[in-house]
Amino acid sequence: MRVPKITHIIFFALAVGFLVISHYIFDDYSLRVLNNIAIFIILAVSYNLINGVTGQFSLEPNGFVAVGAYVAALILLDADAKNYQFDLESPAVFVLWLHSSNFLLALLAAGVCATILALVLSFPVFRVRGDYLAIVTLGFGFIIKILAINYPSITNGSLGLSSIPQHATLYYTGGIAIISVIMVLNIVYSKFGRAMKAVRDDEDAALAMGVNTFAVKTTAFSTSAFLEGVGGGLWACSFASIVPNEFDFYLTFQLLIIIVLGGLGSMTGAILGTILVIGGGEWLRFLDEPLSLFGHTFDAMPGLRMIVFSVILILVMLFAREGIFGKRELTDVARSAIKRLK
Amino acid sequence: MEFSLFLQNMVNGFSLGSMYALIAIGYTMVYGVLRLINFAHGDIMMVGAYVCFFGMVSLNLPFIAAVVFAVTICAALGIITDTIAYKPLRKAPRISLLITAIGISFFLENLFNVIFGSEAKAFVIPQYLQKVLTFGDITLAMSAVFVPIITLILLAITLFILYRTKYGMAIRALAFDIHTVNLMGIDANLIIAIVFALGSMLAAIGGVFWSLNYPSIEPMMGVLIGLKAFAAAVLGGIGSVGGAVLGGFIIGFTEVVVVSLSPEFSGFKDAFAFIFLILILIFKPTGILGYDFEKSRF
Repeated sequence: MRVPKITHIIFFALAVGFLVISHYIFDDYSLRVLNNIAIFIILAVSYNLINGVTGQFSLEPNGFVAVGAYVAALILLDADAKNYQFDLESPAVFVLWLHSSNFLLALLAAGVCATILALVLSFPVFRVRGDYLAIVTLGFGFIIKILAINYPSITNGSLGLSSIPQHATLYYTGGIAIISVIMVLNIVYSKFGRAMKAVRDDEDAALAMGVNTFAVKTTAFSTSAFLEGVGGGLWACSFASIVPNEFDFYLTFQLLIIIVLGGLGSMTGAILGTILVIGGGEWLRFLDEPLSLFGHTFDAMPGLRMIVFSVILILVMLFAREGIFGKRELTDVARSAIKRLK
Repeated sequence: MEFSLFLQNMVNGFSLGSMYALIAIGYTMVYGVLRLINFAHGDIMMVGAYVCFFGMVSLNLPFIAAVVFAVTICAALGIITDTIAYKPLRKAPRISLLITAIGISFFLENLFNVIFGSEAKAFVIPQYLQKVLTFGDITLAMSAVFVPIITLILLAITLFILYRTKYGMAIRALAFDIHTVNLMGIDANLIIAIVFALGSMLAAIGGVFWSLNYPSIEPMMGVLIGLKAFAAAVLGGIGSVGGAVLGGFIIGFTEVVVVSLSPEFSGFKDAFAFIFLILILIFKPTGILGYDFEKSRF
């Protein structure tokens, strides 16, 4: 067990403090945005573990988020709600039988299911490397979405599920986000974390030094899948409804953008990237509404926000290639700043 | 299966496969020279379909002229995206390049969404391609005959350029070792621009052909077709043009044949490309005709 540094404790205390007072100082809309940011922090930090720290270019988080969201939703919805909702085909027997109103149990089940899936998939996935790994994981993510659409007796097909109990308040999402960041940081700074970085920097050398690279990659993959599953469960319980199309490549790309923007491999980077991408995306929402420029009002152009967003993204990539934090953490930056002052 | 149904399937599979092949060549060539999964390639295909459509509807161009117009615009677009977005990142980590490609992809999709609206438009098919040919039991749309023939000619031209011309040799040399090529006095940036132009031209034609067979165009159409074409390129062995063509045909035939034999799997149609890809990569991790780019660095 790593001895926690005082700077870490201060940062986490600030985060918890922010969480506690946020309900008193923000309006409903801001709370929703914060809730969204907290969920994406969980997803981004866990995606960063496999992609940034272990250097395995997986494009599958959307699949794990989808599994988590569906598992949590199916557990929390009771048999009546399922019978009422399933329009395309009547629900399968085990789907009806599957019910518990315990929110945390549902989240745990979501995480565990995603982990099991990751363990199974790691055998085919880690037979290939580099860009081939990217396309195989992209394929699996896509197949999971297609399965969700084509088994209406389990998932209600493309119509998705709705009226999922909205248990995921900011206390839950923010709290779990803080816990996952602590968890991931502990992994990164452990002996295992060093093995992950060794695999990232030179897989063959790590193998030659006696690191069981397959075990390291599989562990990183399934740990990140667990958190993504939990994040998916929170997603379902926060938005109250899910459809397969939400768990498209777009979600993966969004997470990829977040972690690259913040700096691949940096947890602080992932958190800051989430705030910038999700928060910034909300902030740019004014672009989708009618604009008034120089006294002239332009008609609303839905989609303009995404154009501006993609231009900003390209510019950031052109001029800040390593992302905002590179591979460093906020504590590293603070420490070197203090050293420079001395 | 009846013989006529078999023939019908063969023609449809050939037609679909040839379109995947046309688009896959662009992916495989760009990957070959830059090691970049160019996610914007599918959207260039979409731009090709839109430009051709508006060439016919707004500018009243005849079909062939509209296709030439679309091909020109897309070639220019390919070169422009390379110059603006990829060229400054030649020495950057590959992931920055990939994110930029995703950025370009979002940009094109949303630009067309804002300008032309998100709803699908019915593509205009010229009269002479709407004719239906009947051979006994087999009925074929004129376009289903036209598309594969033109595609084969285009593929032959592409392979000729790549394997029989000076520029083709430079492209293959670049794919082999980009650093040494610079030392040999070849302008790598010019060759990369040619690769983007060539790939985008084929993608534009692919987009037009796609719209002839499935006459509805919308700003997001490039995403799935592009990804399937990319899967085809990897399946055949990325970096190899012959592999891209082979992969395109395999995926095209599989989709048509499986859906025709067992319609209950038609919901999984879009996933076949990936299922196939995963199976092949498990047994042959570099694709059918592939070459191991990861190992070649050592």
